[in-house]
Amino acid sequence: MESRSGGFAWVPHLVLLIGAALVVFPIYVTFVASTLTPSEILAGPMTLLPGSHLVENYLAALTHGTAFISGQPVARLMANSLIVALVVAIGKIVISLLSAYAVVFFRFPGRMICFWMIFLTLMLPVEVRILPTYQITANLGMVDTYGGLTIPLIASATATLLFRQFFLTLPDELVEAAKLDGAGPMRFFVDTVLPLSATNMAALFVILFVYGWNQFLWPLLVTNSASMTTIVIGIKSMIGGGDSQTPWHIVMATTILAMLPPMAVVLLMQRWFVKGLVDSDK
Amino acid sequence: MSPRPLLLALSALSFAVSAARADTAPIEIQWWHAMTSANADKVAQIADGFNTQQTAYKVVPVYKGSYAETLNAGIAAFRAGTQPAILQVFEVGTATMMAAKGAIKPVYQLMADAKEPFDPAAYLPAVTGYYSTTDGKMLSLPFNSSTPIVYYNKDAFTKAGLDPNKPPKTWPEFFDDAKKIRASGSPCGFTAGWISWTQLESFGAWHNLPFASKANGLGGTDAELAFNGPLQVKHIQTLAELQKDKTFDYGGRTSEPEAKFISGDCGMIQTSSGFYGNVKANAKFAWGMAELPYYPDVQGAPQNSIIGGASLWVMGGKKPEDYVGVAKFFTYLSQTALQKDLHEVTGYLPITKAAYDAIKADGFYAQNPEREIPVLQMSGRAPTDNSRGLRLGNLVQIRDVIAEELEATFAGKETAKEALDKAKARGDVILRNFQKSAS
Amino acid sequence: MQRRVVFDNRWLPYLLVGPQLIVTLVFFFWPAAEAIYFSVERQDPFGLSTEFVGLDNFVTILSDPGYLHSLGVTAVFSTSVTLLAMVPALLLAVMADRVVRGSRLYQTVLILPYAIAPAIAGVLWLFLFNPGVGVVAFALRRIGIDWNYLLNGDQALALVILAAAWKQISYNFLFFLAGLQAVPKSLIEAAAIDGAGPVRRFWTIILPLLSPTTFFLIVVNIVYAFFETFGVIHSVTGGGPSKATEILVYKVYYDGVVALDLGGSSAQSVILMLLVIALTAVQFKYVEARVHY
Repeated sequence: MESRSGGFAWVPHLVLLIGAALVVFPIYVTFVASTLTPSEILAGPMTLLPGSHLVENYLAALTHGTAFISGQPVARLMANSLIVALVVAIGKIVISLLSAYAVVFFRFPGRMICFWMIFLTLMLPVEVRILPTYQITANLGMVDTYGGLTIPLIASATATLLFRQFFLTLPDELVEAAKLDGAGPMRFFVDTVLPLSATNMAALFVILFVYGWNQFLWPLLVTNSASMTTIVIGIKSMIGGGDSQTPWHIVMATTILAMLPPMAVVLLMQRWFVKGLVDSDK
Repeated sequence: MSPRPLLLALSALSFAVSAARADTAPIEIQWWHAMTSANADKVAQIADGFNTQQTAYKVVPVYKGSYAETLNAGIAAFRAGTQPAILQVFEVGTATMMAAKGAIKPVYQLMADAKEPFDPAAYLPAVTGYYSTTDGKMLSLPFNSSTPIVYYNKDAFTKAGLDPNKPPKTWPEFFDDAKKIRASGSPCGFTAGWISWTQLESFGAWHNLPFASKANGLGGTDAELAFNGPLQVKHIQTLAELQKDKTFDYGGRTSEPEAKFISGDCGMIQTSSGFYGNVKANAKFAWGMAELPYYPDVQGAPQNSIIGGASLWVMGGKKPEDYVGVAKFFTYLSQTALQKDLHEVTGYLPITKAAYDAIKADGFYAQNPEREIPVLQMSGRAPTDNSRGLRLGNLVQIRDVIAEELEATFAGKETAKEALDKAKARGDVILRNFQKSAS
Repeated sequence: MQRRVVFDNRWLPYLLVGPQLIVTLVFFFWPAAEAIYFSVERQDPFGLSTEFVGLDNFVTILSDPGYLHSLGVTAVFSTSVTLLAMVPALLLAVMADRVVRGSRLYQTVLILPYAIAPAIAGVLWLFLFNPGVGVVAFALRRIGIDWNYLLNGDQALALVILAAAWKQISYNFLFFLAGLQAVPKSLIEAAAIDGAGPVRRFWTIILPLLSPTTFFLIVVNIVYAFFETFGVIHSVTGGGPSKATEILVYKVYYDGVVALDLGGSSAQSVILMLLVIALTAVQFKYVEARVHY
């Protein structure tokens, strides 16, 4: 804990409160909308105080809110989203850890080429290459499968870059000590590097989980059966573009429900953020 | 005793059983659509109705996103060999679909090959004309068709001293009423949804003026845009003037302005007839529907309005037995009872004459006279070359170009003449690109 | 950048980097190569008739004055989004690092915006800012601002910058916080004992130690601003009014997905890709030199 002059201890709190209020405002509005009726929502401007229909709207969202996509219950959609989110997050972290480790801690021909090849995946967004990607996925017979939903999304570089950054900061003494002890690279990886990467892994897990959870365009293309749909597609399928009437109260309620698992992940991962967990004397 | 004969018999038996089961497993027909919310509900209901009344085929509706996303999904699937049998495509994609010979199977051919009874004359020409060739061969089946009409706030009318049961018939009256509504305190007099569709495309058809040459593109891909005529320029310039004091208030390119009407801000709106369900459920004031206004000094006005919405296309490359199923489904869709119910519940226009007659005979329009306005507006007169519909390549892009130029006009940065001339020039480039890629 | 002390196994590194390379080759390079090949063809959307046209698509794009305009808008947009997303995030992370009570609550709340799917966030912004029914729009009108981003290009640009940055603040906050937590307390305490005040400690110790994270975030934020902001712009302004918010990636996506001009869209994405690669290479060369490992 840093020592700080007692007089200004409230400053951080004030800044945080203002920041939090601003940042969270749109979400607050979503929540309020989920407790109103559609006409209350559309009566411009919408009130900022929660209404009285909370229970009724959430029940409707849970039971038949998504009847519109061939009657899949919300639980099923959330389960699909959960699978995609978990597989993508864990998959990306695992392969990125290994790649970053290889690129930083070894010297081998083609090292920088490998890094740039992986890094290049950030430079061409998914939407641009989505038609050929779909074609390859279809050729591999992966349409309408969990594999097809997740594996093409794992080809990305943010995690590798982050781990590379972190691995570069580890002191040489650590490596030398391990070598002196006779530990091989994998032992060093498991015993020393992994524990030190805990905070970064936790942060990445949150980000990548949400990334997988919020996927829209790719699952839309690669799944045809209603039982494979994700919750975000479910929500979008209620938002009418044009003629049909959007049940905004159910859309908002489902949006809040869809935010609960990512929120839970954030809460769970915070254990890894606790001060002092990270060894202060490296 | 050797187990082999027994095994043989068992395997033969199981093979026979599975073969028998395979015979009775229904052929799956995928129907990719962009319908959301209550309309998606209807789609599911229609599919269920077809599936329960026979066992040979099973129609499976799949939501594939917005219209653009659904079209893209269809394209991606076709390139990968996984295309559905039925694809719902918005009306502006008609030219793209038509040019894709090999990727589509025209409806008239589908029905003929499947030997399904099919009489083009049974369909309402104003609706199916958009999706047929110039000699009447139907290419796609209209599904959710709408047309622009006027919705007006009766309470705002009363407050402005206007008779709530006499909506304006001509544009001069319309502008007048809007000014009075604005003067009586409303934040906005009137607005318009789908700005290109209501204020230029339908506007042209309604006044028997061309939007593009070659019968608005129905006659060939070498059409050129023609919406920058003197009447259109005058009309858009008037809108720009009225924007200054919000007698007219631009609200967005597609359906966003509809929120301004529902909230009570704007006293009148010109937008899709499909807006009906929304207004009925959410407007907290007395309201009415009316025909589009016209300029009385224009010869031939009012002609008829053109449709918007989407139709069902059959994709190429499927097996013959799939096509038989699709044909039977289209017959099912064209049934009078189904069309009647579809129209009364969702507001989509009926596609067959029999359905329209049945709705009338049922007294539905007697009880809800305003519901007949879109149909009468569309089919009141025999369509001319200027009002049969549009068939222009990359119409989506052209609409956005028009919207961009109109936005500049309403913001006071260009005159209407400059804007429409520029839009025509830019649009023509887009049309030539389409022509090149489609040949 | 390379460490001084490394391991010298020969085949192990290939094995470690293998999985990511395979996935990248199959699901990125292969489709990307095809997508890039589209840029030298002219074809109909269904791929039924394709024609090799060499650099025609590129010439058409680069001679379009609208493209140069888009370039300008993109420069303003990306810089603003990156700044607006990083500076407040750093401030909030530093504050969150200092408090003890309620830190978990602040963290959860500040990371929340990231949890909303971009596909839906755009709709929320419409709800807030729509001149007709938006809550914030109403408030703005009350204090005298004529808020109408449907016709006022500057307002529209400000709005999409805000919407795009909003989500990224959570992302940056998360990583800044993780980076701050990894700073050894002993260093800070030693400096405090030496008499350095909190601001001095921040500039001389924390910021340099945070620089690897900061570099990571700069690269990622710029890439985000260039590539992933399509969704926000599409749902809030559609590139309008009159192209005021049409950034390069919006044109790419619009031309590919909506206008179905695969050749033009691919050509634009090739140009965009080269631009961002150049930008990133510059960052690695010059900015990384100042990063403290």
